[in-house]
Amino acid sequence: MSSRALILERIKHRKPTICSLPTIPLFERTDIDLNTHFKEMLQFAGGQTVDFPVSDGMSDLINGIFPEANKILSNIESVKSKNVDFKSISDAHQLYDIDLVVLKGEFGVAENAAIWISGDTLFSRVLPFITQHLVIVLDKKQLVWNMHQAYQNLNIFPENGFGVFISGPSKTADIEQSLVIGAHGSKSLTVVLI
Amino acid sequence: MTHSEKATRYIKDEARVDWHDKALWFVRQKRDIQTKKVPEWETLRELASQIKANVLSELDTYLTQFEENAIKNGVTVHWAKDAQEHNDIILRILNGKNAKKLVKSKSMLTEECHLNSFLEKNGIEVVDTDLGERIVQLRHETPSHIVLPAIHLKKEDVGETFHTHLGSEKGAKDPQYLTGVAREHLREKFLSADAALTGVNFAIAETGGITVCTNEGNADLGAHLAPVHIASMGIEKIIPRQSDLGVFLRMLARNATGQAITTYSSHFLKPNNGQEMHFVIVDNGRTEQLGRVDFRKSLYCIRCGACLNTCPVYRRSGGHSYSFTIPGPIGSILSPGVDLKKYASMAFASTLCGSCSDVCPVKIDIHHQLYKWRQIIVNESNSSFSKKQIMKAMGFLFSHPGLYRFAGKTGRKLVSSLPGFVLYNGLNTWGNGRELPQPPAQSFREWYLENKHKTGNKL
Amino acid sequence: MKVGLFVPCYVDQFYPQVAVATLQLLEKLGCEVGFPLNQTCCGQPMANAGCEKESKAAAKLFVENFKDFDYIVGAAPSCVGFVKEHYDILEQNPDVSHVRTKIYDITEFLLDILKITKIDARFPYKVGFHQSCHALRGMRMAQSSEINGASFSMQKQLLSMVDGLEFIELDRTDECCGFGGTFCVTEAAVSAKMGSDRVADHERNGAQVITGGDVSCLMQLEGVIRRQNKNIKVVHLVEILNGVSFEK
Repeated sequence: MSSRALILERIKHRKPTICSLPTIPLFERTDIDLNTHFKEMLQFAGGQTVDFPVSDGMSDLINGIFPEANKILSNIESVKSKNVDFKSISDAHQLYDIDLVVLKGEFGVAENAAIWISGDTLFSRVLPFITQHLVIVLDKKQLVWNMHQAYQNLNIFPENGFGVFISGPSKTADIEQSLVIGAHGSKSLTVVLI
Repeated sequence: MTHSEKATRYIKDEARVDWHDKALWFVRQKRDIQTKKVPEWETLRELASQIKANVLSELDTYLTQFEENAIKNGVTVHWAKDAQEHNDIILRILNGKNAKKLVKSKSMLTEECHLNSFLEKNGIEVVDTDLGERIVQLRHETPSHIVLPAIHLKKEDVGETFHTHLGSEKGAKDPQYLTGVAREHLREKFLSADAALTGVNFAIAETGGITVCTNEGNADLGAHLAPVHIASMGIEKIIPRQSDLGVFLRMLARNATGQAITTYSSHFLKPNNGQEMHFVIVDNGRTEQLGRVDFRKSLYCIRCGACLNTCPVYRRSGGHSYSFTIPGPIGSILSPGVDLKKYASMAFASTLCGSCSDVCPVKIDIHHQLYKWRQIIVNESNSSFSKKQIMKAMGFLFSHPGLYRFAGKTGRKLVSSLPGFVLYNGLNTWGNGRELPQPPAQSFREWYLENKHKTGNKL
Repeated sequence: MKVGLFVPCYVDQFYPQVAVATLQLLEKLGCEVGFPLNQTCCGQPMANAGCEKESKAAAKLFVENFKDFDYIVGAAPSCVGFVKEHYDILEQNPDVSHVRTKIYDITEFLLDILKITKIDARFPYKVGFHQSCHALRGMRMAQSSEINGASFSMQKQLLSMVDGLEFIELDRTDECCGFGGTFCVTEAAVSAKMGSDRVADHERNGAQVITGGDVSCLMQLEGVIRRQNKNIKVVHLVEILNGVSFEK
């Protein structure tokens, strides 16, 4: 008997009698200012927000925040890539020295400052992780309250089969429980709210 | 060695024990603050528990549904009945791609299967990429906590390890600096890896996808750069619907570390262009646990580690006092099912205070299971537990009123007449840190007979 | 109302004053109290050590002793909880179920059955309340700190009726004292450390007196206090309710 058949057979004989699957409420809240809460939670997660309601001059804004970024890759129209071109990258390993990546966030979750990045918008999946610094541009109209509503938005999953919630920069507390920002992934996360 | 023997040794360094206790209690406090900000927290616990109950009751259906969808997504699915088969599958995949260097993110399942040593024997370089796991790997230790693998170490220990293995400055102990050293070291490993292995936090039946949660980003750096991504999962990691993630992702990090969510919650459905993706579904004793009516709820566990953080015994005895891969309360109800004799003492390493059950996000009745395992261990393990004999005597004593009263009086006299060195020698461990109660002149019964009974109080 | 007084084994042997206080308090409140002389132990120490089978004889005897009372009251949530929860080891009959449903811890009995709203007692001290795990997570006589819900404590509610009593705040409101039945001798090192840490919390926060509802916990804490020569007194809450005084 294959292990597959063996395992399924064992389960069939040992599983408990049927328990029904509960319906998950949305736990909606109308008493919360999503924008304010999102900003607070992002700060708690180690990130920062910048309000930028106009698209003109976003490149200057970002260059102003990261004056030392040499190689910048952006998938946002209003922000120019710098010293590197998507077309010149044939292998994700070439991204090892990217200083800054600017990405479009699909929507944000106010309760935990998580932002959904769709794999369909990434020319390489490793982009948000390999960069030294990360900027996500997010439309504040695309904020929802909690993860239940977030998953309603994901009924249609990214076509290429990958997506990630990102909340803050990469971090660790594995040495004596001291929080260190910048473990393996991006050392900072800036969310530009448009 | 038993838990008690190891804990006695651990507890000798009281300053370190106090640090360990306070560090973990601080995590528990952070957890309390975050969970109390969610008004529906208790409802979420109930929902999570119900979802897991449903999963167990339809586990075979969900697993086949998951497999079917994963295959449709272009993933190769493997089934392993035990640790050996799991390890063989991994090795076969690696050999098939001529892969020599594997980067691995956190997976307690691969610890359980002793995958690292197996692969190393077969010529594969395995690098654990979670910072805490990398630290313990370099020290040839095992994780002492399922979420905080290096919580038993101080920064000085890490500094020394990194100086020896990674060439960091001698005497350096600043966590920021040491993390930076590990970052550079592991970036090089990510960029040169031939394959990546990740754990699985949740496997979704209706999509065939998996969700992996990290704070460091190590799972993603490995999985997206390497030409092969392997994900190992126990059969109990299945959840029915993608929307169930709403419940679990709201709870996991809040309960584990007091964060609202982990930094990265990555959803893998299809392999990257030009990449291979493999899921390995592992039993290794889980179907046996499923068959144990009193203990099957232990399979609900989502490995948040909160029961370790809250356990007053774990905090003061350290993870390495528990001999099983998973320490603390959850490890103590999983381990007897794996080897009743070997892990017999773990179920007794608890005061049955119940904090573990109340902190559990999926409502596993951990302390009741500890109680039930004790009955089985004493009855079936045929162990050298002398306690069994003592308790038998006590049971006999208490069921014989005359004998009990005699022994009680004698016992009290004995306590008051014995010199201190007899009471506080190794035989009477109560004398360890505590005085015995001062024996009263009369027991209550004697007082009652003298003052109440004779004066005609009706019974 | 015929009340059977349940006196746990170690209370009888080491803390008779707790049983005396319970008896006097119940009589003051008008209960007719009987003390079955053949009682021994509820069986919990054996069962928690994995010897549930051996504890059956003690459990049977317990039911035999108490089956004819309207209520059974003991000043020990841990032991009372054991009878309620674990007497499923006995074959269930009307006597067993009567005992399991009519047994109360003194605090529950005073608040839920006698419904008292005031206590004639004075206790002018700073008091640290030790929350016993079995009262908390077994009998649910208070809100545990892990669970999200309104805070309450039946035992503190009763003690609040005592004149002059002032509660101190603890850093850890409901951490276990480390007694744990046979745990206190089989895991002596961890047990003693837990006890010591608990006492330190009370001391740091200015307790003159530690009180609580379970004698087993108090025995553990008092053992630590006496070993370390701390100037903190330990009394059971029924002693306070019954008007204990430290003055001569």
